[in-house]
Amino acid sequence: MARLTINGKTTEVNVDPNTPLLWAIREQAGLTGTKYGCGIAQCGACTVHLDGAATRSCIVPVAAAEGKKITTIEGLATNGVLHKVQKAWVEHEVPQCGYCQTGMIMAVAALLKDKPKPTDADIDKTITNICRCGTFQQVRQAIHAAAKA
Amino acid sequence: MLTKNVKLDRRSFIVGTAAVGAGLAVGLKIPFGPTVVRAQDGSPEVNAWVVIRPDDTVVIRVARSEMGQGTITGLAQMVAEELECDWSKVTTEYPTPGQSVKRKRVWGDFSTGGSRGIRQSQEYVRKGGAAARMMLVQAAAEGWGVPASECTAANSVITHKQSGRTTTYGKVAEAAAKLTPPSEITLKDPKEWKLIGKSVKRLDTLPKVTGEQVYGSDLKLPGMLNAAIKDCPVFGGKVKSFEAAKVSGLPGVRHVLQVGDSAVTVVADTWWQAKKALDQLPIVWDEGPNASVSSATIDAMLKGGLDAEQAFVRNQNGDAKAAISGAAKKIEAVYAYPFQNHAPMEPMNATAKYTADFCEVWVPTQNGEAAFAATTAASGLPPEKCEVYKINLGGGFGRRGAFHDYVTQAVQIAKQIPGTPVKLLWSREEDMLHGRYHPVMQAKLSGGLDAAGNLVGLHCRLSGQSILTAVFPQFLQDGRDNLAFQGLDPTGDFAFGYTVPNLLIDHAMRNTHVPPGFWRGVNINQNAIFMECFMDELAHAAGQDPLAFRRKLMAKHPKHLAVLNAVADRAGWGKPAPKGVHRGLAQMMAFGSYVAACAEVSVSGGNKVKVQRIVCATDPGYAVNPAQIERQIAGSFVYGLSALFMEECTVKDGHIEQTNFNTYDSMRIAQMPKVESIVMPSGGFWGGVGEPTICVAAPAVLNAYFAATGKRIRTVPLKNHGITMV
Repeated sequence: MARLTINGKTTEVNVDPNTPLLWAIREQAGLTGTKYGCGIAQCGACTVHLDGAATRSCIVPVAAAEGKKITTIEGLATNGVLHKVQKAWVEHEVPQCGYCQTGMIMAVAALLKDKPKPTDADIDKTITNICRCGTFQQVRQAIHAAAKA
Repeated sequence: MLTKNVKLDRRSFIVGTAAVGAGLAVGLKIPFGPTVVRAQDGSPEVNAWVVIRPDDTVVIRVARSEMGQGTITGLAQMVAEELECDWSKVTTEYPTPGQSVKRKRVWGDFSTGGSRGIRQSQEYVRKGGAAARMMLVQAAAEGWGVPASECTAANSVITHKQSGRTTTYGKVAEAAAKLTPPSEITLKDPKEWKLIGKSVKRLDTLPKVTGEQVYGSDLKLPGMLNAAIKDCPVFGGKVKSFEAAKVSGLPGVRHVLQVGDSAVTVVADTWWQAKKALDQLPIVWDEGPNASVSSATIDAMLKGGLDAEQAFVRNQNGDAKAAISGAAKKIEAVYAYPFQNHAPMEPMNATAKYTADFCEVWVPTQNGEAAFAATTAASGLPPEKCEVYKINLGGGFGRRGAFHDYVTQAVQIAKQIPGTPVKLLWSREEDMLHGRYHPVMQAKLSGGLDAAGNLVGLHCRLSGQSILTAVFPQFLQDGRDNLAFQGLDPTGDFAFGYTVPNLLIDHAMRNTHVPPGFWRGVNINQNAIFMECFMDELAHAAGQDPLAFRRKLMAKHPKHLAVLNAVADRAGWGKPAPKGVHRGLAQMMAFGSYVAACAEVSVSGGNKVKVQRIVCATDPGYAVNPAQIERQIAGSFVYGLSALFMEECTVKDGHIEQTNFNTYDSMRIAQMPKVESIVMPSGGFWGGVGEPTICVAAPAVLNAYFAATGKRIRTVPLKNHGITMV
């Protein structure tokens, strides 16, 4: 049993404490916007914010996330208004299949919090998520657009 | 769903709901009333393609699968163009394969591969839109007691100019649905198009940024259990034994079952519980005779084909061998292309529920009909007792088209637990070990130049796998796999773009136990590298500029030449490049479209390659949504360049060695070149978009790498040469 605070809501999850946070989010909290892609922190599809920091939830045990503020893609919009990164993603039509995009958006939202006006070099260093559809050209455009918003 | 309070614009909300609803519409049945066919919500179907709700919402049916390539938007544009409806009121939905069976395939082919979504449905979907418009106009005219010829339709409004009366599609849809469909339909001249050719926004973006989009792996059904699976790592192997008792008491575990003769599953309350238990389950495999196969044995077998006497001839004129041997200068090179996994971001999955009376499957698939066939076969039930619901795909790239092994498995599991829905999700490792891999192929190219540097003879000998032999042997022609020659054909959608006085292109078929599949671009990936890099070799051997050398051979192929010229012009070929930047060219025709690329690379330390920019041109005949075509081009380069630099599945002891993205890498944003797209539709034909451009990135980069370093790389991936992409 663990107590997780996800998107401002505290949930009791009945899992082995070694269960990856990703699976507690998906299968216990029922929030499926956070995706499974690799399970070894390579692809970033499972990216969430732990106390504001972009974190690959597939390798974080539930026990390590207790007491931390967990934000998933479902909690990124505030008061029903899309986050500026989500708005830029819509405006620039970034997603293709979309499967990796929720993780990508979470990674970018954390980047913009740390560096409100990131350079291309900042983006290259920080955004290392895999996208097999190959949306990177639109991702970069949308990051710069969100930074200006 | 999960973020109900997020503000959604109206259209995206409807589409999002429809997209989810299509997947979740359990047991959706279209009642066959005496006159009007109705959608689930009771709205009348004007015809199979168009449902119009009383509020004027237009629901356009799309049989092809959306996997990110934009096909639902493009196909809806085509129906809406002829329908003359208000685009802001358009939404889409998938018909189910079961409905298709009942209605004698009224929506045609569901298959979404081979870049055929638009090009092979364009005529009948436009006719569907036009027929619906004619019926709506006729219904309005009959209501007014005027001739239909006096009425016009635009933006979902029908007008009778003489009397000034107007009505809307929503108001006359019910009456239109009762009319006999027109027998003669005239489509608009392309010059009259208002919506086709316009970069309207995709219909499916919003739910993908909020997390609301439901992919197959996200599906939840009441009472559903979750399954993890291990298939014998050696293709063709079987399960010998497993010790279910060792894991059956672990938390959440409900069932430990054999699946077919080669796989074992653990079914548990959650997937993570299932996977953990499966990891601990002792399984003994009977690996069979393939356990002795390795990359080295496959390589040797293919090498044997390079000079073998027997080969299937596809493209031949003159006497290439004699011309080459008698030439002033002879050039020869051997190229090789490896196995590669599709590795879509979402691993394979399917959810099945079986009872003796009905079998249902929910699956992300590129081909609903093939998934349906797998469902009927695995369930043993007749088609009328089966249904498949298509769910959003987290990528496809060909893996989810012809093959539905995961559907077969899901049904085989569900059949052992009747009445309980089971979601089967493969781990990434399972996905890597059980792909339908890009075929392995080698090529020996020989060319002869005369004293003036003209190409007098060319022989391209392919040696390697045949996809058709493994997948659709009924499509072989006297044993020959024509797909192996994509881009090198004498004529057609994959026509070779050069005129060579003496030409021979043939294939020594060498099949392996590693199952091949259709991987985005299919056989153009290696054929473009073989031919376009060798053309570059020939040009340099002739002491000629690679563009000028190609142009001489392309005079009779003006469309091939036009895209090549377009990229050369835009990139500034022949003018000095920025310091340290080197250029390379490639062109190809594939899936009905003409494509070319000019790559600009810089190389540091001899082995760190930065692809700075790629200028790409495509002539797909007609460009339905240019903005989406540009995204497909840039995206195809990520897939193609990841393959060029990083990706190889090697074989050891009969199984694939790479199990995840740590050993099977994929490009990141830092490695993304600037892609400039020239979309130049010349009209009069319909070419594909999703795949053709993928093949020109790699040879253009390899030729630029040669220009930069003087080194010719002839085997993929470049990581095996110590070359990295920066």
